[in-house]
Amino acid sequence: MNHNLPEIIYTPESQLLCPRKLFGSMAADLRASRFLAWRLFVRNLAAQYRQTLLGYAWLLLVPVVQTLLWVFLNAQKVINVGATDIPYPAFVLTGTLLWQGFADSLQVPLQQLQAAKQMLTKIHFPHEAIMLASLGQILVNFCIRLVLMVVVFIWFGIPLTSSLLLAPFGILALMALGMMLALLLTPLSMLYGDVQRLLLMAISLWFFVTPVIYPPPAGGLAALITRINPVTPLLVTTRQWLTGAELTQLGPFLVVVIVTLILSLFGWIVYRLAMPHLIERIGS
Amino acid sequence: MSDKLIKVENVSKKFCRDLKKSLWYGVKDIAGEIIGRENAKDELRPGEFWSVNDVSFELKRGECLGLIGPNGAGKSTMLKMLNGLIKPDKGRIAIRGRVGALIELGAGFNPILTGRENIYVNGAVLGLTKEEIDRKFDAIVDFAEMEEFIDAPVQNYSSGMRVRLGFAVAAQMDPDILLIDEVLAVGDVGFRAKCFNTINQIMKNASVIFVSHAMPVINRTCSDICVFNKGSVVFQGKDVPKGIETYYSAFESEKQMITGSGKAKVHSIVLESNGNKNMKSINYLDDLTVHIEVTIDKSIKFPCIGFSFMDQALQIVAQCHSHYNQFKFSNNGKKTRISLHLGAVNLNPGIYNLTLGILADNVGEVLERRVNFNTIIVKGNFFGNAPIQINGSWAAHEIN
Repeated sequence: MNHNLPEIIYTPESQLLCPRKLFGSMAADLRASRFLAWRLFVRNLAAQYRQTLLGYAWLLLVPVVQTLLWVFLNAQKVINVGATDIPYPAFVLTGTLLWQGFADSLQVPLQQLQAAKQMLTKIHFPHEAIMLASLGQILVNFCIRLVLMVVVFIWFGIPLTSSLLLAPFGILALMALGMMLALLLTPLSMLYGDVQRLLLMAISLWFFVTPVIYPPPAGGLAALITRINPVTPLLVTTRQWLTGAELTQLGPFLVVVIVTLILSLFGWIVYRLAMPHLIERIGS
Repeated sequence: MSDKLIKVENVSKKFCRDLKKSLWYGVKDIAGEIIGRENAKDELRPGEFWSVNDVSFELKRGECLGLIGPNGAGKSTMLKMLNGLIKPDKGRIAIRGRVGALIELGAGFNPILTGRENIYVNGAVLGLTKEEIDRKFDAIVDFAEMEEFIDAPVQNYSSGMRVRLGFAVAAQMDPDILLIDEVLAVGDVGFRAKCFNTINQIMKNASVIFVSHAMPVINRTCSDICVFNKGSVVFQGKDVPKGIETYYSAFESEKQMITGSGKAKVHSIVLESNGNKNMKSINYLDDLTVHIEVTIDKSIKFPCIGFSFMDQALQIVAQCHSHYNQFKFSNNGKKTRISLHLGAVNLNPGIYNLTLGILADNVGEVLERRVNFNTIIVKGNFFGNAPIQINGSWAAHEIN
């Protein structure tokens, strides 16, 4: 009977030298990680707000306050964002929610990896589970915030169109972009504390060069920056699907989606290959 | 049942002391891995050393390998490689079957969640399926003896309780290979006994690698032994007591320590065996005599003297005491020579530290105690399990 036992071999060589085995183990680990991912997801969800009074209301509070802030600044003419297709509060709220979805996708996986350090260095388990659990967390956060959007849409009487059905693709694309970057950043961010700090700064700057609280500018340097920003086509297109507006950036949207998918696979491989080295260096 | 489950061939692993350098090497190694380059892994880079150096062994089902050595000898690194957490830099490791590790008990516990919720998380981390956990849930709670606390948050548990729950979950694994790294240091005696029973149960049907500093436990449980020192294997084989002896020889003996009230002054202590004086070693069953010159304060009328052997596990294994032997001598404050004939020494071959104590009447105040005043090696052609090796007279007769 013992001859049927699976044999695992550990050697110093890069797993890339044997791609068939690598892809096989990637698929196997993804399958093996489902139950663990679910458990980690439930754990994080249950623990996240258990020691707070407001609980999940915290997820709503942040976008509400942010939206009110921008609406106030715009109404007082402190900032001037020009005309938007839909009432400005609905425009800002939609933008903020989508942006938050992207920012979460970039930050949550890295945070959860940091939190799992102890487990990573001591226990052998499929590391895909952490990424899957993060994805669950990101989706739940987004869906809870979605409640806000529904309320605001009804309040401002924004018409529901059939293009709404395409919006989930846009949302998933934003999340895929965020998680792809997180996967690629994992090795450096686990080794150097600088990455987390830089990332915080980068995300707050990135927010302003993305048309979240303003429509895409028509010309000048701002137009150039928003155009090379990969988040722009995803966010703009998704918002247009949500509000039933005319699509302006479908071409760039598709390009970003395809590149994201390819780089996600690459990111996954990097994540797997890096993990033993990371465990070695952050060890104990 | 005699198939090899673990095969380790010439495995080495590098380690870097300096944090900044270590992180940078990490970046380089990952980059090398991604571009599929064959790293020059044989050479040490500045600041690196071999934390595991050219180690080989094999283990079959039902065997238990004790991995012992001083702190930092590379034992835990070896376990991490066997567990697949980190890659070897040289050599090859082949593992067959399901690996269970009792290394970090209660991994994945979230302190805010209840014991019940955490059993599922921990179980999943250890690779148990939902059905397995559902089925074994009651057994886990029962084993941990925690019925009343199971719905309380884990942060309200004592550290011992956390370990109990962690072990109870881990005990449900049904591994072919079990890795154990000094996890049972906490917990009360009753629970530890229970844990060892469980481990012994698992052992019958698995290959076990056991890292511990508790030599009596190693002695009791292991069938094979591997002694690490500074990354290299210094002893390997089936003779577990010999291996433990090798482990102890890696440490220097403690320095002499003199305590007591000062009412006695020991001038000299001389050991004698078979006409030799101040020898470093004797053979098993050799005679040993101790000559002591001492001056004791006049106020002490009937002092007594104690002499003891301490083994490398810091256990006092033998004692000879004048009071217990009902030897009385009266003291008048003058310099006195006392001779103690111990007879044939039937201690297990090994290294022993000697302690001498001069006490007041009827085992009272300590006047002078010399802890570790000398070290003596008992030599023999065997290494036994027990500190005393009785030289019995044996007989065998054929029975019709």
